[in-house]
Amino acid sequence: MESARSRIWQHTVRAVDRLWMTPVHIVELVGDHLTLLGRAAFWLFKRPFRTRVYLEAMEFIGVESVGIVAMIGAFVGMVFALQLTSALRQFGTESYVGATLGIALTRELAPVFTSIVVAARAGAGMATELGSMRITEQIDALSTMAVSPVQYLVTPRVVAGILMVPLLCMLFNCVGLCGGYGVAVYLQNVDRGVFVENARAVVEYREILQGLIKATIFGGALTLISCQQGYNASGGAKGVGIGTTRAVVGSFVTILVLDYFLTDVILFLQRK
Amino acid sequence: MSDDAEKSQQFQIRIRDLHKSFGEHHVLRGIDLDIERGKINIVIGGSGQGKSVLMKHLMGLLKPDQGHIYVDGEDIVSLGEYELNPIRRKFGMLFQYAALFDSLTVEENVGFPLFEHTRKHSAEVRTEVKKRLDALGLAGTEKKYPAELSGGMRKRVGLARALILKPEILLYDEPTTGLDPVATKNVDDMIRDISKETGVTSVVISHDMASTFRIADRISMLYEGKIVVSGSPDEVLRSSHEMVRMFIEMSGAIRIQDGSVAPPVAPS
Ligand SMILES: Nc1ncnc2c1ncn2[C@@H]1O[C@H](COP(=O)(O)OP(=O)(O)OP(=O)(O)O)[C@@H](O)[C@H]1O
Ligand SMILES: [Mg+2]
Repeated sequence: MESARSRIWQHTVRAVDRLWMTPVHIVELVGDHLTLLGRAAFWLFKRPFRTRVYLEAMEFIGVESVGIVAMIGAFVGMVFALQLTSALRQFGTESYVGATLGIALTRELAPVFTSIVVAARAGAGMATELGSMRITEQIDALSTMAVSPVQYLVTPRVVAGILMVPLLCMLFNCVGLCGGYGVAVYLQNVDRGVFVENARAVVEYREILQGLIKATIFGGALTLISCQQGYNASGGAKGVGIGTTRAVVGSFVTILVLDYFLTDVILFLQRK
Repeated sequence: MSDDAEKSQQFQIRIRDLHKSFGEHHVLRGIDLDIERGKINIVIGGSGQGKSVLMKHLMGLLKPDQGHIYVDGEDIVSLGEYELNPIRRKFGMLFQYAALFDSLTVEENVGFPLFEHTRKHSAEVRTEVKKRLDALGLAGTEKKYPAELSGGMRKRVGLARALILKPEILLYDEPTTGLDPVATKNVDDMIRDISKETGVTSVVISHDMASTFRIADRISMLYEGKIVVSGSPDEVLRSSHEMVRMFIEMSGAIRIQDGSVAPPVAPS
């Protein structure tokens, strides 16, 4: 009797604990990231400014992502054009293919796809690199040489993410539109003039701006998450692996969740 | 916690009542330790006793739960990273596993502190690095990456990197572990030569008793989170503390002759 009751009690306590832990963990996690962001920002304005380190980070995050971003941009634009012509043709409104594709690409597809590609490619790479530097004490070694590891490793990467992801997003826009144009005009026989005219009329400066704002924020978020997971890795090779997985999954989730709320805010602001 | 000028002349680093836990694991349990200026201070102790943890506290890589660490009279425990950096410039540290940057060549690793903290040109840096590497028997490894070196070579590269800015205080975490007897002797000689030539304060972590008695000016033993003995090699040899005796005898480094003990290698 007594033991059964105490067992039930224990189970209840544990269940309640677990229920509590989830929000507590999330708050902790967000707190850790914001702390690192704060430190990265603090060190941004301290000497020395290491141009070479910044350029290397930009090369790794930006330049080396050009090929994959362009390829994915082309196929996303192409498949989207294919689906749109097939769907809009049912209503005889295939003249809107250009406009719809333009809006979807610039507002949503380009920033989200670009960020996800960069998170999978560069984010995973950064988490692994910083993680293995952490467990082999290379990060401590930086500190002992009176070089701030946050300033040397984290700040340049976050800055590079903030600068390079919007540029990649523009590339995605261009390649995606060209790909969509090719499929719609040459393969699906949408009228060339109508495609361009409609796209021009609808895709304005602010559509592109919306995409770029998102890309900037996603770029910062994904680099911050990847750096945080690598920087605080522990527990040997396995720990580095876990950190890398978390960096990628965390970036994906954050990008998609942020995307919804950012869209809401931006649309609200642009309506006014 | 008297920090009168006379004493801090003799002792460059003073640790008082230092505590550190990792979760439930109480590693350091009230360390009191003085590091003598310009001398070779050796900390001995068994594996997992917290020697590396203690050394990381000296440079502020870990923050204690409680206690104070005075470097030249300044308490570094409460300092943030930004304020710590000038103090860290006084130190050079050799990590137990060398902690070389594996994306940089040997030359870039050793030159790294020069690029960071001096305005020297790459040609100057290269000659200075070459001089260091030659002195440590590493000539010809300039363009290699750490992964291409043996453990012992990596350690010597780490040492070259720690020495390159001519620090006031040198921390060595097990400099001779994993080296063959000849290399061990070479590293011992080097630690002593550097200490003699530059007057640097050396803190060496070791469980190699033969080397310890060969080069130490002062020996402290870490056991169960506390410093149980601290003094000159003679004082430590005469210590009656059970663990100290056991450590010395088990190491086999010391012959026991009719009740008195003597190191097997005469300190030269
Ligand atoms: N970052 C850490 N997190 C959790 N526990 C740690 C951490 N660093 C050290 N420890 C624990 O502290 C204890 C002391 O570790 P330390 O590395 O200082 O030992 P050591 O005296 O240097 O041993 P060795 O001679 O083998 O190098 C160990 O039990 C270790 O498990
Ligand atoms: Mg150790």
